[in-house]
Amino acid sequence: MVATMVDRLTLSDSAVDALVAALIRSGRRVLGPQLVRSQGQDRIDIAPLASFADLARDGQAVASAKGAVFPKVERLLHYRYAGKSIELADVEPASPPTVLFGVRPCEARAFAALQAVLNWDSEDKFFSHRLANTTVVAISCTEADASCFCTSVGSRPDDGQGSDILLCRLAHGGYLAKVATSRGQALVELGQGVFQALAAEPELAPAAALAPAFDAKTLPQKLAAHFDHPLWVEQSLRCLGCGACAFVCPTCACFSIEDEADSRQGQRLRTWDSCGLRLFTLHASGHNPRDRQSQRWRQRVYHKFAYYPDRFQTLGCVGCGKCSRACPVDMNLKQHLAEAARTLP
Amino acid sequence: MAEPFEPKLTAFVCNWCTYAGADLTGTSRIKYQANVRVIRLPCTGRIDFMMVLKAFARGSDGVIISGCHPNDCHYTSGNYHARRRWMVFRDLIDFVGIDLARVTFSWISAAEGAKWASLVNETTDRVRALGPYQEIGKLAAAGIE
Amino acid sequence: MESLQRKAQELLAAGTVKLVIGYGEGTGVRRRPIFVRTGDQAGSLVLDPACTQNLATYLTKAEVRALGRTALVATPSTLRSILQLAAERQVREENLLALVPLAGTIKELTTFADIEAMVATLPDEIARADQEMLTQLGAMSVVERRAFWEKELGRCVKCYACRAACPMCYCERCTMDNNRPQWVPVASHALGNLEYHVVRAMHLAGRCVRCGTCGAACPHGIPIHLLTFASEGSVRRQFGQPGGASSRPTYALATFKPDDKEDFIR
Repeated sequence: MVATMVDRLTLSDSAVDALVAALIRSGRRVLGPQLVRSQGQDRIDIAPLASFADLARDGQAVASAKGAVFPKVERLLHYRYAGKSIELADVEPASPPTVLFGVRPCEARAFAALQAVLNWDSEDKFFSHRLANTTVVAISCTEADASCFCTSVGSRPDDGQGSDILLCRLAHGGYLAKVATSRGQALVELGQGVFQALAAEPELAPAAALAPAFDAKTLPQKLAAHFDHPLWVEQSLRCLGCGACAFVCPTCACFSIEDEADSRQGQRLRTWDSCGLRLFTLHASGHNPRDRQSQRWRQRVYHKFAYYPDRFQTLGCVGCGKCSRACPVDMNLKQHLAEAARTLP
Repeated sequence: MAEPFEPKLTAFVCNWCTYAGADLTGTSRIKYQANVRVIRLPCTGRIDFMMVLKAFARGSDGVIISGCHPNDCHYTSGNYHARRRWMVFRDLIDFVGIDLARVTFSWISAAEGAKWASLVNETTDRVRALGPYQEIGKLAAAGIE
Repeated sequence: MESLQRKAQELLAAGTVKLVIGYGEGTGVRRRPIFVRTGDQAGSLVLDPACTQNLATYLTKAEVRALGRTALVATPSTLRSILQLAAERQVREENLLALVPLAGTIKELTTFADIEAMVATLPDEIARADQEMLTQLGAMSVVERRAFWEKELGRCVKCYACRAACPMCYCERCTMDNNRPQWVPVASHALGNLEYHVVRAMHLAGRCVRCGTCGAACPHGIPIHLLTFASEGSVRRQFGQPGGASSRPTYALATFKPDDKEDFIR
């Protein structure tokens, strides 16, 4: 995304509604967080939006929006036997033009972390193609919950990093739109007058108040010095070793390659994988370098807060808290990291 | 003009009773509809319940499972275990919305050539009337981007 | 709650157990499993209606077993899980103690026979919301049920939170984890999800204690506990064996009667 100077425009509530309608009419896939009431349990899913009214404006979706650029199951190639020969076909990545509308700023920031690893030393054409076709319109947060910790990882509830357009709520209705990229500008043009020029300095609704819980800048050195600390055993006692945290995480990009075939045809799929699963590091020899949950838990923390900064000069975590909310046993990453920052000398 | 629908049936049968019975059907020159593909297993006890689901996933419109009568199992008790398994599996697949009318269970002995023919004919007619079954097969392409 | 904390302190101080597994305060209104090894830590134990997760899943976790003799704060479902695990030879009586809140005190159950006796006095019902869902699903046509499960299971991402949270899913190498053969697809596409959940429900038939922890664990709100409730219900109805009733092995699908009655085999 080419950074241009940030344009500031305004949108009334009805204008946002019209914008969403225009985006849908244009044939784009418009995805956003929506409240789903089901079996007495409410949840927020990221799903196709029918209108702005359907958008869940507060709270967070359980899952991240990464599925739009890094789907849970993706076909890479397929083949079939045709008589005596084999027809092998690469899958050319094809994705519809997509707008992620109404995601949180933390989710928008996560795409840079995905980019860092998926396009690290070679281009992941599937991911890159989907990302190039995706425009991110985030809405800043006026509320945070006990799992959120964006301010501990160098961000803010109204951070525009990673958004093509950031919508900030105004105190008396409507939004301030910060248009940061040419992709965002393209939406402004599509909106055809839905965006208004700023008449005066806008009065913003207060962003969520979220005190930092730990200092992410000093954490990498502490982690590097305490690889064998018993804290990792303590923290991971209740961890069940499932993949819930990794799969809802907007920055987690580990994947498995699965070949599915029968005697006539086959396909190669890429699927999400998680370092929390015991078999993630099982070698063909039978040796498993991370056979205990404490080693896998440590890996999760270190990957995001030590190895990522070391390799990519950025954290592998955006402080969204989705991992904590999704975890069946309430592994609250903010609490764990705060404890690590406090306990590790 | 479109070809009329001909159902594909997959039959999982035990070697010692039903497979031999089906063989007798042939040697007795009893004609029956050719829609069934027979898969021979040592015993109905060896039939994994997922074979039923996988048959539907790969294009079967109906499934037949058949083996030795109780007390006649070549391995003494394989069919007893199979029976219990099917008693539970049927309830489960009905619960997840799979049409039980398309799954047929039977005991057919090596001497019952006529019964095999009659079972296949009756099942083929029933499944033909029900129409093609794509509810599970269509899932093979779903959820992959 | 106070007597639970005191009981935990006493047990630890006397060396009767090395570990008390119970519930502590979690994020917001949540509760989380806690592992109490000292008297001080015992102060974190809480016990209230929000404590519903089945903690028996930790009895088969290697890192927890290594900590020594364990006292487990037990809901009725947890007690049933202990019995089922005992029937499957996964826990030893001498390594375990169940702590059950009863009439204002905390009762210690140290033998499987005691746990069986206690379980026999407890109501064996599932939550009303779940009963209603099962009734609704039962009233649907096959086609409607298929549409329901296709939609629900479409959200599954194969994170295996359900499997990990279930006390009865203790296999070190689950059938999903084998690739010779790859009997069930790993990928979380529609077919892979259906196959996984059907296999899991069958592997739990007659073993599930209906705690609902699998459904509660699912991050995407899929009511998968209803699947294992259905298979357990089938075994219960047809063979008279509810999951977790006895510490003696009685797995309905590992045995048979020559005159088992059915009405569908021609």
